[in-house]
Amino acid sequence: MAQSKDFHIVAETGIHARPATLLVQAASKFTSDVTLSYQGKDVNLKSIMGVMSLGVGQGADVTIKTEGDDEEAAMAAIVEAMGTEGLAE
Amino acid sequence: MAKNFKGIAASNGVAIAKAYLLVDPDLSFSKTTITDVTAEQARVDDALKAASADVEIIKAKAAKNLGADEAQVFEAHLMVLADPEMSGAIKQKIADDKVNAEQAVKEVTDMYIGMFEAMTDNAYMQERAADIRDVTKRILSHLLDVSLPNPALIDEEVVLVSKDLTPSDTAQLDRQFVKGILTDLGGRTAHASIMARTLEIPAVVGAEVATQEVAAGVTVIVDGLTGDVIVDPDAATLATYQQKAADYQAQRAEWALLKDQQSTSADGKTFVVGANIGSPKDLPAVLDNGAEGVGLYRTEFLYMESDHLPTEDEQFEAYKAVVEKMAGKPVTVRTMDIGGDKHLSYWKLPEEENPFLGYRAIRISLDQTEIFRTQLRALLRASAFGNLWIMFPMIATLAEFRAAKQIYTEEREKLAAAGVAMGDVKLGIMIEIPAAAMLADKFAKELDFFSIGTNDLIGYTMAADRGNDKVAYLYQPYNPSILRLINNVITAAHKEGKFVAMCGEMAGDPVAVPVLMGLGLDEFSMSAPSVLQTRSLMKKLNTADMKVLAEKALDAETNDEVIALVEAAVK
Repeated sequence: MAQSKDFHIVAETGIHARPATLLVQAASKFTSDVTLSYQGKDVNLKSIMGVMSLGVGQGADVTIKTEGDDEEAAMAAIVEAMGTEGLAE
Repeated sequence: MAKNFKGIAASNGVAIAKAYLLVDPDLSFSKTTITDVTAEQARVDDALKAASADVEIIKAKAAKNLGADEAQVFEAHLMVLADPEMSGAIKQKIADDKVNAEQAVKEVTDMYIGMFEAMTDNAYMQERAADIRDVTKRILSHLLDVSLPNPALIDEEVVLVSKDLTPSDTAQLDRQFVKGILTDLGGRTAHASIMARTLEIPAVVGAEVATQEVAAGVTVIVDGLTGDVIVDPDAATLATYQQKAADYQAQRAEWALLKDQQSTSADGKTFVVGANIGSPKDLPAVLDNGAEGVGLYRTEFLYMESDHLPTEDEQFEAYKAVVEKMAGKPVTVRTMDIGGDKHLSYWKLPEEENPFLGYRAIRISLDQTEIFRTQLRALLRASAFGNLWIMFPMIATLAEFRAAKQIYTEEREKLAAAGVAMGDVKLGIMIEIPAAAMLADKFAKELDFFSIGTNDLIGYTMAADRGNDKVAYLYQPYNPSILRLINNVITAAHKEGKFVAMCGEMAGDPVAVPVLMGLGLDEFSMSAPSVLQTRSLMKKLNTADMKVLAEKALDAETNDEVIALVEAAVK
């Protein structure tokens, strides 16, 4: 059963530079597929260029899905990365 | 027999080491059709792996030399190299089109670069395009098996030889290994030269033929005192220059004794000798050289080295660090001086015919007032932690100063109402535009101090670009026209009991200092390594004699005549 969770981006700079790096690093630790959806576009959260190409700014609402053997652990790691960086709520 | 040549002496000292050529190699290739898809895909994997290994080393070096924050950009490069979508697309292209790895890499990275560059409303993404370009060069260098030079990878003593050095190149230099700098382009006042002086690396710039005449690995002597460059010296020449290098070190050791002394002339008049900085990282050199204050803190580097407009808190931390470390000594902060030749990657300014006569510095601040207010709030909050002065760059008219002061006053009142602690702040302007120099008597009634920025003042007075070789002869700091403008400012300020500093290159110039002492300049602010030399010079001179010299200089006809007058007066 795939995991899905919505986030509201509160960081002043949106998802770029350091925050994007940390999210991709978190996702890349797992074998599950991790997808970031924003404004109808889906990208691989393990791809820094995919994530940055979305240009997610402050106030954006995004959805993250994880699917695979370690999908729960992957989602937990992403929630944690969002929290420690003060990226989203 | 190698040829010797001469350039512009840009940073004092003598360097003798092997040449390291920082020149982009040929990364051209032709598109070919391949049959073994698996083998070609394996070449991509190997190149990505090798490129990552390079970047890991560069990142570790950058973290060690410059701090973890500066190393972040290389983290982004590593992630691009590890990007599964990108490597997947490259391999797919090899399988589908049967093209060689080089071609596949180029097509895929070009696609990403094009996509990011098309986001013209998002300067951050446009900057990532530059990252991908950088990374692509590195991947191609491994595919083509050519070595890509990188200043961060240097691990033996070298003289760095290149066409030109960007500020980011100089920021990566490892002081331990880079003993000298030699470039084809640039002048004494270019950023690379200023950086070389700050890092105390001997440098010769604008040598035109350096990258042609100097082969990698050959011993080269760079004499930053005279501009002489000697390639592959014989034993006698080598010995002569080793002695010269040692003498210069001894001279510096003698100056070092003056570190904790005041800057007082032979007849007892005390001046302030300060240093210029671009970031809190420059402070160790300021303190080591015994500067009595920071006469110019160029805040634009905060903006230029960031990937977004620095937030109020980011700025506050930087300003606070500087005033705290200076422990009560005055720190003069120049508000954002962007435009001209200083650009931001994430915020494109309009293209202009004449950027130096266009939208820059205070003209931007008074137009984009939110950016200006953010900076002023950060400065006001930092003022509680030390002795902070604020000056506005490129002021031409009283109306501009009044508008800037009005915004400053509003922000100060808002912070006071919110109960934020602030210190006394002195407000002043840079004198770079002749119009403001001429009207100094009117300005003097409304501000606390002036700071004369000589590079721009000379440029705007002589209407000549200091970087343009064809008109470089017009860069004449001692021309009586310039001295009269400076005299006008000092006289007008002193009439109102106001303070006059100078923060341009001229303030540390041994020819100009005697004249400026005679004109009564209060503060001399320069690159940190010049502080002790200047203090040493001041101690030998009598202000009474220098007043006589200054009178003669003001009445002289030419730049050369003033140089001759100084040489006669200062033996």
